[in-house]
Amino acid sequence: MKVKDVKKLYCLGIESSADDFGIGISSFDGTILSNAVDAYVPTEGGIHPREAARHHAEVSSKVLSKALETSGVEPQDLSVIAFSQGPGLGPCLRTGATVARALSSYLGIPLVGVNHCVAHIEIGKLKTGIKNPLTLYVSGGNTLVAAFDSGKYRVFGETLDIALGNCLDVFAREAGLRQKQGMPFGAVVEKLAQKGKELAKLPYTVKGMDVSFSGLLTAAVTAFKKGQYDVEDLCFSLQETAFSMVTEVTERALAHTGKKEALLTGGVAANKRLQSMIRSIAEEHEARFEVVPKEFAMDNGAMVAWTGVLAYTNGSVTPVDESQVRLRWRLEEADVNWIK
Amino acid sequence: MDKVKQPLLLGKGAEANLYLAEWHGRKVVLKKRLPKKYRPTALDEQIRAYRTVHEPQLMHEAKKAGVPTPIIFLVDRKNTTIIMEYIEGRQIKQLLNEVSKHDRQSLCFGIGESVGKLHEYGVIHGDLTTSNFIQDRNGKVFFLDFGLGEKTKEVEARGVDLHLMKRALQSTHYDFADECFESAIEGYSTAMNTEASKNVFRKISEIEKRGRYIVERKDTN
Repeated sequence: MKVKDVKKLYCLGIESSADDFGIGISSFDGTILSNAVDAYVPTEGGIHPREAARHHAEVSSKVLSKALETSGVEPQDLSVIAFSQGPGLGPCLRTGATVARALSSYLGIPLVGVNHCVAHIEIGKLKTGIKNPLTLYVSGGNTLVAAFDSGKYRVFGETLDIALGNCLDVFAREAGLRQKQGMPFGAVVEKLAQKGKELAKLPYTVKGMDVSFSGLLTAAVTAFKKGQYDVEDLCFSLQETAFSMVTEVTERALAHTGKKEALLTGGVAANKRLQSMIRSIAEEHEARFEVVPKEFAMDNGAMVAWTGVLAYTNGSVTPVDESQVRLRWRLEEADVNWIK
Repeated sequence: MDKVKQPLLLGKGAEANLYLAEWHGRKVVLKKRLPKKYRPTALDEQIRAYRTVHEPQLMHEAKKAGVPTPIIFLVDRKNTTIIMEYIEGRQIKQLLNEVSKHDRQSLCFGIGESVGKLHEYGVIHGDLTTSNFIQDRNGKVFFLDFGLGEKTKEVEARGVDLHLMKRALQSTHYDFADECFESAIEGYSTAMNTEASKNVFRKISEIEKRGRYIVERKDTN
């Protein structure tokens, strides 16, 4: 059999686990050819899963066309379709999975279900050149500290309740802040925090290598409603407290695992203050520190495409009857047979 | 802090540096909580001072509960340093990987029993990882690192404490985590009445069902 040039083999990846609908195309040698995304912005309140899923369905063909056009790859040149199989919001995941099954069946090429958290780590490794990191993954839906050990990504620390990004978002909403296109709540909070001076006393909850944000969120919202502090001071205090907590557990995990690389990813990774904190502990432990570039740190299709390449080229395919979405698919349950 | 001779760095943890030193003719461990540059000074000082004072208090309570902990000789709040007895022995983290299945189970049973005694007495350890247990030459298992602990008899806190222990076993001793945790649970049950321990076990599964810890729940497509 004649082996095709890996540069001319392509995987299309679909990400739809939460509010972003993304499609990316990666060649088998890890060149990201396109990374199209369309974000659902709720008119008020948080993400309503069904509304977000409706958005995903509506924009799917537009995002698909854009991903194909940008990449210059024709549909018949694709070798495999990857999709984010979980964890995430059910209706949203199902929309992406439906598009993936349709494409796979229409083009007659295999389907590969990818773990969303694994994809975040793999694209981070690809884009930063890091090989074996301790990863802090912080987003609206996830907060975890993980590293590879004996065949799996092991979760050393995580949130016991809500995610870090969720904590910042809900505070912003409760404080009446407005998010704009291109400036999500996290960025609004970060900007206000830069003007904050006074550190409010808020609960700092670290349990072992895990953290808890719900008490912190309640205290910050209560302090705002009572008018005890300016909103700038509260944004500052919320960030300082929450980021110190995740930094402390990341440092614990770094000391515990002895890893010599630290990777920061997820939507909250764009925050400069958090970056400086994680950089500080990485330096302390003589570990190399990298932040995943924003486009690939947020939820995106390229990470799914690249992880699809890794899985597929190591023999993994997902038959359609095993392609149901997995809402609570834990990182350590996922097979990562490409890491030897 | 005077009279400390020849401090030798034993280990650099995330939270504190540990030194082996001589103090009034004794071998002691100095646990010094160092400033963390990443967090604001006020928050950092508050956390370090609190844990420095809080940890020896809980270690003292643990002894009253019948769980061995190192003797505290000195608490220096200003320098956020604790001077305590040096326990010569081995970390359970290493031992678990070396001993027979039978010994592993009895070690875990004993640790579970100690955790039960702590909880029964109203002490939550807060960081039940196997690197925080040391077995001395006589086979006695000492509990260390109470810095994240608290004094409470709440079922929720007990449940979280055991849940964290389970997770620590899973991330570090994945090959026999379940078997170890089961033995620990058996030991735990012997330290308090059935009703109380059942409440804690119910709480653990409730904590796990909060969403992030299970895959078994059937997803509807």
